[in-house]
Amino acid sequence: MFDSSMIMAILPELMLLILALLVLVMELVWKNENGRKLGWLTAGGLLLVLVVSAFLGKPAEASDVFGGMIRYDSLGFIFKMLFVFGAMLTSLFMMDSEKLGQRGESYILLLVATIGMSFMATAGDLIMLYLAIETTSIPMYILAGFMRDDKKSTEAGLKYLLFGAMTSAIMLYGFSLIFGFTGSTSLTAITSFSLPLAVGVILLIAVGVGFKISLAPFHFWAPDVYEGAPTPISGFLSTASKAAGFAVIMRLFIGLFPSGEYAQMWTLTLAILASLSMTIGNVVALRQSNIKRMLAYSSIAHAGYALVGAVSLSELGVGSVTFYLIAYVMTNLAAFGIVAAFSRVTGSDEISDYAGMSRRNPGLALAMLVAFLSLTGMPPFGGFVAKVFVFAAAVEAGMIWLAIVGVLNSIVGVYYYLTVLKVVYLHRMEGENEAEHPIPLTRPYAIALTVLSVAILLVGVIFGPWFNAASSAALNLF
Amino acid sequence: MTFPILSVIIFTPLVAALIILMMPAERKTEIRMAALLSAIFALALSFWVYLSYDQAAAGYQFVEKYNWLPQFGISLHLGVDGISTPLVLLTGVVMFTGVIISWGIDDRPREFFAFLFILASGVFGVFVALDLFMLFFFYEIAVFPMYLLIAIWGWVKTREYAAMKLTLYLFIGSVIALIGALAMYFNSGMGTFDMLMLETANFSARFQQIWFLPVFMGFAVLGGIFPFHNWSPDGHVAAPTAVSMFHAGVLMKLGAFAALRVGIMLLPLGAKFWSPLILALATVNVVYGAFIAMTQTDLKYMIGFSSVSHMGLVMLGFATLTRDGMTGASVQMFSHGAMTALFFAATGMVYDRAHTRQIPELGGMAKALPYVAVTFIIGGLVSMGMPGFSGFVAEFPIFMGVWQVKPWIAILSALSIVITAAYIMLAIRRTFFGEMPAEFEGHIGPISVMDKVALTLLSAMMITLGVFPGVMVPMVQTGIDNVLRILGGA
Amino acid sequence: MDFIYSHLLSVILFFPVLAAMILLFLPKDEVKLIRWTALITSLVPFVLTLVLWSRFDANGGAAFQFEENYVWYAAINSNFHIGVDGISLSMVLLTTLLTPLAILASFGITDKVKAYMMLFLFLEMGMLGVFMAMDLLIFFVFWEIGLVPMYFLINQWGSKNRDYASLKFMIYTMGGSLGLLLAIQLLGVLFGTYEISTIVAGWNDITGGTLMGMEAATVKTVAFWAFVVAFAIKVPVWPFHTWLPDAHTEAPTAGSMILAGVLLKLGAYGFIRLVLPLYPAESAHFAGWLAFLAVMAIVFGAFGAYGQDDFKRLVAYSSVNHMGFVLLGIAAAAKAYGTTNAHIAMNGAILQMFNHGLSAAGMFFLVGVIYERTHTRDLRRFGGLFPLIPVYGGIMIFTSMASLGLPGLNGFVSEFLVVRGAWSQLSGFTAAGMIGLLFTGAYILKGIKNVLHGPLNEEWAHGEHKLTDINTREIVVMVPLMALMLSLGIAPAWLLGVINNAVTALF
Repeated sequence: MFDSSMIMAILPELMLLILALLVLVMELVWKNENGRKLGWLTAGGLLLVLVVSAFLGKPAEASDVFGGMIRYDSLGFIFKMLFVFGAMLTSLFMMDSEKLGQRGESYILLLVATIGMSFMATAGDLIMLYLAIETTSIPMYILAGFMRDDKKSTEAGLKYLLFGAMTSAIMLYGFSLIFGFTGSTSLTAITSFSLPLAVGVILLIAVGVGFKISLAPFHFWAPDVYEGAPTPISGFLSTASKAAGFAVIMRLFIGLFPSGEYAQMWTLTLAILASLSMTIGNVVALRQSNIKRMLAYSSIAHAGYALVGAVSLSELGVGSVTFYLIAYVMTNLAAFGIVAAFSRVTGSDEISDYAGMSRRNPGLALAMLVAFLSLTGMPPFGGFVAKVFVFAAAVEAGMIWLAIVGVLNSIVGVYYYLTVLKVVYLHRMEGENEAEHPIPLTRPYAIALTVLSVAILLVGVIFGPWFNAASSAALNLF
Repeated sequence: MTFPILSVIIFTPLVAALIILMMPAERKTEIRMAALLSAIFALALSFWVYLSYDQAAAGYQFVEKYNWLPQFGISLHLGVDGISTPLVLLTGVVMFTGVIISWGIDDRPREFFAFLFILASGVFGVFVALDLFMLFFFYEIAVFPMYLLIAIWGWVKTREYAAMKLTLYLFIGSVIALIGALAMYFNSGMGTFDMLMLETANFSARFQQIWFLPVFMGFAVLGGIFPFHNWSPDGHVAAPTAVSMFHAGVLMKLGAFAALRVGIMLLPLGAKFWSPLILALATVNVVYGAFIAMTQTDLKYMIGFSSVSHMGLVMLGFATLTRDGMTGASVQMFSHGAMTALFFAATGMVYDRAHTRQIPELGGMAKALPYVAVTFIIGGLVSMGMPGFSGFVAEFPIFMGVWQVKPWIAILSALSIVITAAYIMLAIRRTFFGEMPAEFEGHIGPISVMDKVALTLLSAMMITLGVFPGVMVPMVQTGIDNVLRILGGA
Repeated sequence: MDFIYSHLLSVILFFPVLAAMILLFLPKDEVKLIRWTALITSLVPFVLTLVLWSRFDANGGAAFQFEENYVWYAAINSNFHIGVDGISLSMVLLTTLLTPLAILASFGITDKVKAYMMLFLFLEMGMLGVFMAMDLLIFFVFWEIGLVPMYFLINQWGSKNRDYASLKFMIYTMGGSLGLLLAIQLLGVLFGTYEISTIVAGWNDITGGTLMGMEAATVKTVAFWAFVVAFAIKVPVWPFHTWLPDAHTEAPTAGSMILAGVLLKLGAYGFIRLVLPLYPAESAHFAGWLAFLAVMAIVFGAFGAYGQDDFKRLVAYSSVNHMGFVLLGIAAAAKAYGTTNAHIAMNGAILQMFNHGLSAAGMFFLVGVIYERTHTRDLRRFGGLFPLIPVYGGIMIFTSMASLGLPGLNGFVSEFLVVRGAWSQLSGFTAAGMIGLLFTGAYILKGIKNVLHGPLNEEWAHGEHKLTDINTREIVVMVPLMALMLSLGIAPAWLLGVINNAVTALF
């Protein structure tokens, strides 16, 4: 029946569930206070989850638990830790976000979504996978449209819901095809495919996961949703949610089609989609004047970069994707966090309004520098190492053209990331009286951004331990 | 456990940058003092490395190796040989004089010095890195601070454009080279990024021929090779003085140096195959750069194009793949670095007072700024390759090397000497002698003692090297002999 | 003391730099102190040269004496190798003699005296280095070093047109040395060393075959002309002389003294020390061309001088004229290598170098004397000044006669030797040269006439422009020159002997 390894396998999820219930209860208790205490509770609780799981929840070796529903291995473990980390920081960002942070429901929804993501990363069965995806998505739909008085937010939530529902239906159809033809829903047990089945499955699943990670041409929802949703939620969406999607891609595709001509099919398909994403993401980002939209297109591009590692279909490939996601989660969360901090005080998301920010709050500007340079792929930040490894995987797999596409796109990225930094550091406000318009940071923001900046630097400089962890995850798939 | 001097040299500026960032922004004097002290410390260490390098033993010294990511063979492997030791010294000197020259920066000096020091760390790192991954790591670190330094503190008219152009060019160059490096990593089958081990990798001739050009040219972009030199003059002009000093004085040397270390030393067969092309392009640099410099009316643009020309000589020397040529090229890296740092420092001093760099609008500066005039003249003489100064000691062997491969290129490139003499002497005469325009009367204040220290240090180095080539050339030669060994074996 | 004796040449060569460093630390307002310090320190190399002379073995033949050889630029195998033989010793003497005189002549400079004196001393080092060099790269180094101080001397302390003149001087000379530089590089690459004796021996051994992928003979010819052009610009040989009138005229008085007195000799010395030994065949082959150019210089120089209204420009063209004789002698020596005629011609050429140094320095100084008083050099504005300035007049006539080649004075001896040596192999050219000599007399006498004789120009006789005669300091400048002109005219053996000893062994 139940044994300790089964508990350990879902320890983080259990703790998250308990935490969610706790938050629910405390909301009722602290009815009249603002949501800040709940935010601290969530953040603190998530920290506890992280620490405890890191010590106790580590899998010794890969195994299937719960009858094959959950796969208990390093890959899942690392992703879970990443999600919890992301959620923790998001909750810090949410705390002082008007309307969002004051209601306990938002934290609960966040926690539930995190649970869903954890299961996405560890699903060993198609049905489990689908359940996990929906568990993640539905809270996110709500969170995206949380600010019901804001037209953009409502639009964002609705758009996300519609897109998401449609694409997951398509994906479910793909799952059903698999079940229909093979008679099983277990990821590890499915082996034989016929060509038409493989093609159909690949395409259908690609739609679903492509939506999740905002891969072109399924990316159209992303700019509007990121722009409209409350900024901390956009941050969470663009990072943890995307990472979960990647976990699914790797488990599904590498699990179902590890080699042979089907492998060639899906790698080529995804490679093309990755190139498309990188190009569209970078090129359209050039024209954006709203920073959230720009970051949205940027994350479309980054989905492309990360995918380059996945299609390399090698240990290095998977390891590099995992590492990339670690670095990317930290970086993008930081970026959105800064945007949230800024708009909280100024109410604006226009890039031009960031003029003179370096004089209004030098520390915030510095954090932005760290985050954006990491996005660009400059050392000594995590983004650099991540990009190098991902492109190295492509070169090793012989897909030099893909590496070149990635490199060229990085160059385009340099332009718009640096332009934002230029506005922050060089341009002045109207009237040049920045000293009278400071941008104060509340405690949660300060903590979160400091932690993230240090982390980005750490991942970029002392990348050994992180990469080793990522590589060990890769081993699970081969 | 020997003192890890190289790591300390690399990380001193970084640590200093972090400390400076944590200081309150209003405490400008303390910030400047902190910057100066760190620069002095780094300078002392670089001098120490230079003086303690054992020429008899040769090879890589002060070696440190720390595993970074063993499964990929990435290690923090540091060491200096005869070629990089003078460059480490040069960086220390330029960093020190750059801090002095920037003493007057009043707009957010904290961020300025922090970014400048990050840049310095990156430069130090490239010169001492013996691991390919780490070389790239430090190389890129040296690129992005340039963007910020130029865009924020540069010359208002062109800074945004020049900064973006520079960053894009350099970034493109370096990623192209990075792809080549990755190809080397995977093709060698050794699973290491360690350059000393990759030297023994024995890549196939075809591989080397294919990959040499992207790797060499990718780095040479930073060296200002034609036709990818376009970023350099605009970058020079738009940058604030200390950044120009770094840019032309050290950064461009990074490009040529990395092209040598990664391109020539790791892909020697490719180097031999492509050397005629590089010779041709470098010759264009030398001659074309000199001609364009002659037409400039802005003093800084003139110096910028002169840098393009002189870096052409460096790459010309390397492309000859001869002992003389490469020795001369390495010495030229040092000599030109010091010279151009001096030029920019002097120009900056003139510009700060006259608020114009247009040669036709200047005049008679020697009366008000005699020290600047004399040191500028010394720089000019170095630039012309006048014997008695380091420029001659550097350029002469380069030409000897060129004679050994393509005599007519030597004859063609020698033209640049006369052209350089012409435009330099004209610029000196028009800027420093003659009548001072009335609007400057009484507005040209004297330079500070620290400014004089900076100018003197740079001039003294160039004169010393010019009169006693023995203080540097034998050291450089030990490094070049190693390169020749690699080339000979291939 | 022993150190000085064993390193006599280095001390002579570098003492001016030491002197300049001493000057550097003197306060720039103490003009008198600076002048006298410069003068006294510049006398030290002169005294040491006399010591050198006394210890020189006049029967040493072609051997170089007082050699010093130190490693300098080991990487390219160039050593700091200096030494003197009879030819170079005479030039060293000329240089160390003229420099103190020029400094004494510069006591009238009041603007930026310290910089002026320092530049002069650096210039002296440059010139001495060329004469003493036994390593080709060292030769070139000092050759170039001499350029820069002269550029600044003309540019900062010259007359109206100095910007143009100084830049032209510099670019012209550098352009010329470009060919020299390239040829030196070629030689260095070929022989792996810059030792002149090694290169001369090795280069002469190359008679056929290919060099650098081209026929050896072609390469040699091209290199020959590269050397020749560089030196020809310096001498200056017609038609490369056009920088000279401007540079000489615009330079300050002492600058012109040194420029004409010594710097031009650098070019001729280059011919003698390098061109002829390195390319005996080509020199003999092209000797006719060289003689032709020499005669052009003699004749056109004379015509040019005759046509001048500017006194200084007249003297400048006279330099072209006189150096023509030097080149004629060299050409003759080249053509008749090894014969007595060659020796005679060469002796004449070298002696002419020395003599012209004296007379040109003297003439320029005299121009300067009168310019300081009248602030004009226009010959038409002078006239009949003899009664006003009799001492000056006497000195001027004396010096002009030496310049003209009056027997009894030094000019005659050297010109005679050149003509005697050149006659047999270059008769036509020599004859043409003699005609030029006729015009030499013409312009010299014109100069004298316009300044000293004829109706007195009232402008200078009265009032504030009343001329004062030559003063003691100025006489002191001229006396040594005049004494030497006389002694060399009457008994030239003391100098000729030393020169001849080296010449007979070398050519």
